[in-house]
Parts: sequence; C-alpha cells; structure tokens
Amino acid sequence: MDLNTVWFILIAVLFIGYFFLEGFDYGVGILLPFLAKEDRDRRVIINTIGPHWDGNEVWLITAGGAIFAAFPNWYATLFSGFYLALVLMLVGLIVRGVAFEFRSKDKNPRWRSLWDWLIFVGSFVPALLWGVALANIVKGVPIDASKNYVGGLFNLLNPYALVGGLTSLAGFTLHGAIFLSLKTTDDLMERAHTTASKLWLPTMALIFVLVIWGYFATDVFTRLGVNPGLAPISAGAALLTMGWFLRTRRHGWAFAMNGLGMALTVVTVFLGLYPRVMVSSLNPDWSLTIYNASSSPYTLTVMTVVALIFVPIVLIYQGWTYWVFRERIGRQNSLKY
Amino acid sequence: MMDALLLARLQFAITTVYHFFFVPLTLGLSILVAIMESAYVRYGNDLYKRLTQFWGKLFLINFALGVVTGIVQEFQFGMNWSEYSRFVGDIFGAPLAIEALLAFFLESTFLGIWIFGWDKLSKGAHAAVMWAVAIGSSLSALWILIANSFMQEPVGYVLRNGRAEMTDFFALLANPHVWVQFPHVLFSGITTAAFFVLGISAWHLLRKSNVDFFRRSFQIGIIYGVIGSVLVILVGHSQAQHMVQTQPMKMAAAEALWENADPASMSLFTFGNEPERRDVFAIRIPRLLSLLAYNRLDGEVKGIKNLEAEYEAKYGPGNYAPPIALSYWNFRLMVGSGFLMAFLALLGLYLVLKNQFEGRAWYLRLMPYALFLPYLANTTGWLLTELGRQPWIVFGLMKTDQAVSPTVTAGMVLTSLVTFTLLYGALMVADVYLLAKYARSEPGKEDLIGLPDLSGQGGE
Repeated sequence: MDLNTVWFILIAVLFIGYFFLEGFDYGVGILLPFLAKEDRDRRVIINTIGPHWDGNEVWLITAGGAIFAAFPNWYATLFSGFYLALVLMLVGLIVRGVAFEFRSKDKNPRWRSLWDWLIFVGSFVPALLWGVALANIVKGVPIDASKNYVGGLFNLLNPYALVGGLTSLAGFTLHGAIFLSLKTTDDLMERAHTTASKLWLPTMALIFVLVIWGYFATDVFTRLGVNPGLAPISAGAALLTMGWFLRTRRHGWAFAMNGLGMALTVVTVFLGLYPRVMVSSLNPDWSLTIYNASSSPYTLTVMTVVALIFVPIVLIYQGWTYWVFRERIGRQNSLKY
Repeated sequence: MMDALLLARLQFAITTVYHFFFVPLTLGLSILVAIMESAYVRYGNDLYKRLTQFWGKLFLINFALGVVTGIVQEFQFGMNWSEYSRFVGDIFGAPLAIEALLAFFLESTFLGIWIFGWDKLSKGAHAAVMWAVAIGSSLSALWILIANSFMQEPVGYVLRNGRAEMTDFFALLANPHVWVQFPHVLFSGITTAAFFVLGISAWHLLRKSNVDFFRRSFQIGIIYGVIGSVLVILVGHSQAQHMVQTQPMKMAAAEALWENADPASMSLFTFGNEPERRDVFAIRIPRLLSLLAYNRLDGEVKGIKNLEAEYEAKYGPGNYAPPIALSYWNFRLMVGSGFLMAFLALLGLYLVLKNQFEGRAWYLRLMPYALFLPYLANTTGWLLTELGRQPWIVFGLMKTDQAVSPTVTAGMVLTSLVTFTLLYGALMVADVYLLAKYARSEPGKEDLIGLPDLSGQGGE
C-alpha cells in the first residue's frame, strides 16, 4: 500500500473520530431547547458534554490540518470552493464554543437564553452542513482542469445534498439523544430515551432514501457493484440493530451501534470515492485524486511517522477523560458549566 | 470597489490581530496558573488554591475566544489563499497538522479535565493536568511559528513540480528564525499575563479589598513581569539582528532608512515622504543602529533604495518595499511599549522588595492602565512582522498577489469579512463584560462556576 492510500485512510479515520465524538455533542446541542424544562435541566444537559466537546472538536481541526498536509490541492479546492458554506459553519462553531463557556457565568435569564439559542444554532448548522458537504463530494461538483471549483453556493444546495444534510442532522441528533440517555438520570433520561426512540425511524427512512437516490445521483454505489460489500451492508445492519437495542433500553449498545453505523458510512463513502478525493462533475479526468492532489513522498513519510506515534497517544488520553467522567449527571450534581 | 486581494488581506489582518488578543494571555496565564496550583500542592496553603481558581477562571473566559477564533485561522488559508495553499502546502500543512495533533488535543482535552475534574482527581494529578494545558499552549505557539517562520525565512525546501516541496523536515524545526521568534512570542505571553495580573491586583489593592490575596498576586505578577519583559527585550534584540541578516528590507522599513549607511544612525523620530523616499524631518542618533545591528559602533545597514535596486536585479522589475510608514510606527509602538513595561516591572520590583508598593497609590493607579500595553505591543509586533515582509507572502518565493484564491469573488470575501468582523465585535463585548465582572469580583465568592461547587447549587 502506498503512502497516498495510507493518508486517505488516516483522513477517513479522523473523520470517523470527528463524527463519532462531535456527532453526539452536536446532537446534545440540538436537543437542548427541546429536552430541558428549566434552567437546571439545561445545565445538566450542557454539563454532560462539558469536559468533552472541545477535545472532540479537535478531531475536525486535525482532519483539516491533515488534508492540508497530505493533500494540499484537496484542501485548497475544497476550502475555496465551499466558501460560503464554510463561513456559515465557522460562525456556528465560534458561537457554540463561546456559548458553552459563557452561558452560566451570568445569572441574567436573557443572557443565558441567548447563549442557549446560540448553542442550538451552532450545533444545528454544522450537523446539517456536513451531510450537504459529503453528499456533494460524492455526487461531484464543477471542478475545472486547473483544480478550481467553478460553481457557486447554489450548486451545493441541490436536492440530493439537502437530503444528505437532513440525514446527518437526524443521525447526529439521534446520537446525541442516545448519549443523553446514557449520561442523565430520572425524567431527563426518560425524555432522552423517548426522543431517541422517536428519531430512529425517520433517520432510517432518510438513510434509505439517500442510499437509493445515491444509485442514481452518484457513481459511488455503481462503482461498488450490486453487492456493495461488507462496509455498507454492516452499516445498515448496525443501524437496524440499534432500533432493537433502543426498544429494549440497552442504550450502551444502541450508542455503539449508531457509532458503528456512522463509522461504516464514512468507510463506504471513502471506498466509493477511492482513489478520488473530490469528483469533478465536468470531466472525470479533472477529479482530484490521492495522487494529483497529494504532497511529496517525503512529506507523506514525515507525516506518517508523526501520526503513527501521536494518534494512539491522543486516543489513550481522550479515552481516559471518558473514564474519569463516566458517571451520570443529575440535577443534584455539582455543575461547572 | 475593493478587489478580492485587498479584502482577503484585510480579513487576514482583522482575524489574526483579533485572534492574537487572546493567545498571549493564554500562553502566559496557563503557565502562571499551573505554577500557582503547584504551589498549592507543594505547600498546601489554601491561598494558593484560591489564587489558582480566581486567575484560572479569567484564564477560561479568555481561552474560549482564543480557541474558536483559531479555527478561522486554519480554514482561511484554503478559503482565501488557495494558490498559496497549493504552492506551499507540502511544507506549510505539516506544522499545522502537527500543531493540531500534538498541541490542540493536549490543550483542549486536558482543559476539559481541569475544569470538571476538581473533585475527581488528586491534588497533584489536577495540577499536572494544568501543566499539560500550559505545555499544549506553548507547543501550539511553537508549531504555528515554525509554519510562520517558513514564510519569513524559507528553509529545507526545493522548487519542484511548480511548488515548494519539503526536503528536510528537521531544517524546518532548526530554522534560526523559529528560535528567535518563538522565545519572543513566549516571553511576550508571559509579560501579557503578568500585566494582566498586576493591573487587576492593583485595582483591588487601591480599594483595600482582599489585601492578602491581591498582595500575593501582585508579588507573583511582578516577578513574572520582570522575567517576561526583560527577556522579551533581550530576545527581541537578537531577533532584530537576525532580521538585519535575513530580511534587511523589513529592518530598513522599520527604521525608515532610505540609503545604505555605515555607520548607521537610528531614527528617534522621522516624518518622511514615502513616495519620494526621503526624510521631511528626522531626529537621529549617530551610530546607534549599527550598534544595535552588530553590537559595535560601525557596520553597514542596508537602505530601502539600495535594497529595491538589489531585488529588482534579482527578482525582476516590481515594487519590493513594504508599507514604510506603517512598518516604522508599528516598530516604534512595539519597542516603546516594551521598554515602558520593563521599566514599570523593574520599578514595581523595587517597590515590592522595599515592601512599599501598597503605599504608592500613584503606581497602583497606573497599573490598571498599563494592562493595555502588552496588547499594544503584541498587535504592533505582528503587524510589523507581516506587513514588513510584503510584497512577499513567502519571502523571495511567492508574492502575496499571486497567492489569493482565483475563483473566490470580492463579494464572497466581503461577505465573510463583514460577517466575521461583526461577530468578533459582538463577542468582544461579551468577553470584556465577563472579564471585568470576574476581575472585580471577590476571590472565592464569585459565582463558583468552573470551581468546586460545595453548595451543589452552582450559579443559581
């Protein structure tokens, strides 16, 4: 396996880490206005992700940096091409991060409700936009011979991509609801469980539509063949099993299955793209691939060594934080945020 | 109508200067809070715990904005500067990715543990967690400055396949520019944190509130401030000498030195005519610039006009001078506020050693205003560094006007520029409101959020 492929896989791993981890804290942010009845509830909800959200977000920053380092042309085309969508996502991430830190540092109810609203918006926007972005990447966008994106914002807002956006929104929200079922107590836990159970069917329906439509709108599934292989089939199986675990209130398993489903979805998307990283809708020869978009072999070697040393270390200490803060949080607990 | 290039440059200036309002305090205060908490572990004195928590809370409010504005920094290279990203990505992307992997994960993950882990970890482990945050912050500065240093002084590369490709990773790390720039930034962070602590402590001491607490804060702040402000000047001196060697045009612009001079005099005050490249009025000290550049009373310092001719011969016709008046005044504001801070810190040290500082009301009244000096120095320092490199985005390799994204329109850049500027402005109001509120609060009697919450009722 060449280093270009190694980095293609590593970037998939970073996205899996990002979607799996930040996915649930986006979901928690989206559910904040709906599950809480009073300020103390809202604080409990925010405190379930309090120690984790910032570390989770670094998976995105690292994925962005890794794309820049390993595939500079991918970074340049994607970021300059999806410009206004990224401005929107950045605004969401900025207000959300500040809101977590600021919202409980003043008692004024209007201050708190302003920041709560920003937590919702700042979680909703990226949860939606990531589906839109990924659907567009697999569907193909207008990229010219000199690797530049030549469409506008409205090229990105096509119906297929919007279904992709709704799917990621639903998937992350469901992920957040299951996480809250695992991390809260009493009636808050009950409400989270009920929400997760209600979200399961619509989420599955959206995924179903996205996959079927994907056979017509993209070449991903055609490339994978009639029997698409282990990854997408297992993804489907995991998501179906999750429904059963939810029904039997085994939230730990449901959370694992939803996470597995998301991870295998990313694997499927990357398998369908390989060896491309962005599909040109104008001319297949103009697509960006792991070869024409990549850094030099020397840089890829350096980065491989760095990644092989430090990614496991990060996994260990981030895993440790989830161990330290493994307990459920209730209204009687001391709340920092 | 402004063009996309100018708007993209303006956006980079605004978002970077804004980001760097928060970063130096994070750098310096993370170390100081870790020291305070270590003192608590070592001596078991409750005062140190309260110091850790009071200054730690202000650290957190500041940290939040530094983090979120940092995301914009990483994204905007690709968004506004895609040609730059393609040209240097093989080199520049690596330190950015390593910064995220080594520094951001460490900083963010351990800060989460620090905030929420007061009653979950032992005292020693909790202090160690703060050290991890501080090390993460400094590592982050190191890696981003390794990236920036390549733009100032490219090393370890070859031009191949129409771009700059890395040939020697360790040359990037050993880039001499890194090892003058990183200490300069680190000590400016330490100075920023010191003056932050000194300003707020002086405010309380004047009002005789919590005298024990703020006396100790002030004493710690003075020691920290003397270390930071003296070292930042000494390192700055080496940095300037390095600049004379590697980026002589930046130094010539910072000094408004039009012609080669040996010995070179230093300008105390110059009012110049930039288009005609001449002084209108100037006060100069003979030989001082040579002395600063070479540590002796003679030695040639190159002038703007000579360098322009040299660069035209080397790189072809074009404009090779940075904005001279801006470089000149930014340099003077940075150096001036730097020396003023060192003076105030040393004076404070004298008063502390003579145990007189609480009686000197004029000094205590001055220090809350001195809190703004490091911000002035930090901002003008970066403006000099980045403006003084123009017209280059990577010195000698790529010009800024070749670096901008070709397909991003002026309207798009304007949209994001206005969006970020308004958003940043609003967040600054909220941030200053909270900082002022908690800075004025009585230690141990703030809302107790982010701190061990013994009542179980938190901020309600």
